[in-house]
Amino acid sequence: MSSLVRHSLALSRRNLRKSLASPGQVLDTALMPVVLSVIFIYAFGGAIAGNSADYRQYLMPGIMALNHTIVSRTAGIALNTDFSSGVMDRYRSMPVARSAVLIGRVSADSVRLLISQLAVFAFALLIGFRADNGLLPTLAAFGLLLLYGIALCWVNAFIGLAARSIDTVQSVSTIAMLPLQFGSSVFVAPNTMPDWLRVFVEHNPMTLVVDASRNLMIGGPVAASAQGALLWIAGLIAVFLPLSVWRYRART
Amino acid sequence: MTPAIRIENLAKNFGSTAAIRGVSLEVPAGRVLGLLGPNGAGKTTLVRMVSTLIRPDSGRILVHGHDVVREAARVRPLIGLTGQYASVDEDISGWENLYLIARLFNLRGRKARARADEMLERFSLTEAGKRPVGGYSGGMRRRLDLAASLTGDPRVLVLDEPTTGLDPHSRNSLWAEVNRLAGQGTTVLLTTQYMEEAEALADALVVIDSGRVIASGSTAELRARLGGQMLRIQPEEPGDLARICQVLVAAGHTEAAVMADEGRIQLPLTGGGSQLTAVVRTLGEADIPLASLDTHIPSLDEVFLKLTGPAAREPVAARSAA
Repeated sequence: MSSLVRHSLALSRRNLRKSLASPGQVLDTALMPVVLSVIFIYAFGGAIAGNSADYRQYLMPGIMALNHTIVSRTAGIALNTDFSSGVMDRYRSMPVARSAVLIGRVSADSVRLLISQLAVFAFALLIGFRADNGLLPTLAAFGLLLLYGIALCWVNAFIGLAARSIDTVQSVSTIAMLPLQFGSSVFVAPNTMPDWLRVFVEHNPMTLVVDASRNLMIGGPVAASAQGALLWIAGLIAVFLPLSVWRYRART
Repeated sequence: MTPAIRIENLAKNFGSTAAIRGVSLEVPAGRVLGLLGPNGAGKTTLVRMVSTLIRPDSGRILVHGHDVVREAARVRPLIGLTGQYASVDEDISGWENLYLIARLFNLRGRKARARADEMLERFSLTEAGKRPVGGYSGGMRRRLDLAASLTGDPRVLVLDEPTTGLDPHSRNSLWAEVNRLAGQGTTVLLTTQYMEEAEALADALVVIDSGRVIASGSTAELRARLGGQMLRIQPEEPGDLARICQVLVAAGHTEAAVMADEGRIQLPLTGGGSQLTAVVRTLGEADIPLASLDTHIPSLDEVFLKLTGPAAREPVAARSAA
């Protein structure tokens, strides 16, 4: 094994240990999707879709993607904290590849994304969601959602490395995630929206990922949305990974 | 022999602020150099450049002959850095902290675990090792930080204000550890604001202020050069200060100076005992009533304040340039 792989693994383990030790992070990722799904299905579901059962089928894949917009924020927050606590000074004064720190961060976050994705799916099953379209398409949806979460990690990593203070990181990442969360097809179908908003919503990466995942799980056309989703994911990583590396190197 | 650290004409600016302006110094292998200066003098900037964390604007730094910019990858295995704030992970255990560092130094499996155990033991942290660092005292954190810096067996240890904020007991045990390391041949570059710390640990001192070296040498040399024995004369009547000074200058003691704030005359005794006798005779002949007459050797803290105080800044810089 090359030292880059070993260092990345060691740092990934450290990041996961820290996540486990921080009740805030665990609660944030487990509780938020649960609360949101309960409110939307039972309070708004009837108004939006006529009845809660139909709305549940519509909403739950979107909640899985929404969950990733929350879980991925940790990438930026943790990198920023590591710089301000001085821990990063230690790593950077040691014979450790620069990229190992970033790889260790995003790989740990990928594990967190996967675990929380499974947890949200289990909760969805518990309240009656059914992935009727079969196992393989559902697994494909899992893969797509995970890739999307990883792309969001790189966006957040860049925010965490570019902003000086942790307060700035928190507010910028909240604002950056808002249009994904609410300007998309997660809660409401775009065809109910005014034209100007619908154009935005239909091209939103969140909409494409959610539509593709939803249809993979409960049935429906997939090709166009999946293609758009993969293009977005590739594009986000192609832009934000190098930007993060650049900020990481330039940061003092 | 190649020095452990060699710094040549180093300069670093942050925007329009000059943090380091032309510093040169050398630390021979196995020696402890104390870098002394007030807040904002440039100590941390210098240490960060030696540790490969930031790049110099001009000049260069060699660590055991390797350039910190061009050969950073060869410098990093040689140095261990303990920064100004204990840079350890609070929410995981002390053992996990050290295990991670051991893994990053390419120790595997059992060897990494053994190294973490060994370092905990050496710094008396075995008992606390399984607990999260968040519950450690300041002294324990510092020890863990130092343990982490030493996990890779560095030849050069860089300590940035290692005892700031520590209680006297923790400070003493940290000093003992640094002295032990120095005894084993580890080169140490240490920054501090405290003369006492520099004297306890360092073989040689470099005093920096506003990014420049304003004095250097051993503690004894610095004290001798900058603060020899001083005669202090206090008249009963402050109104007599000027007259005493005139009398002394007229008698050839031209360095006599009125310290109006303190209500006394100060005269450096460069001529030893015979000068003292001559001064006493002159004062006797002038027949001015005196409240006190004493000699004083400045403490190193006074030397330090004198060197770095805002009032002293310009003349001292001129003196060291001369």
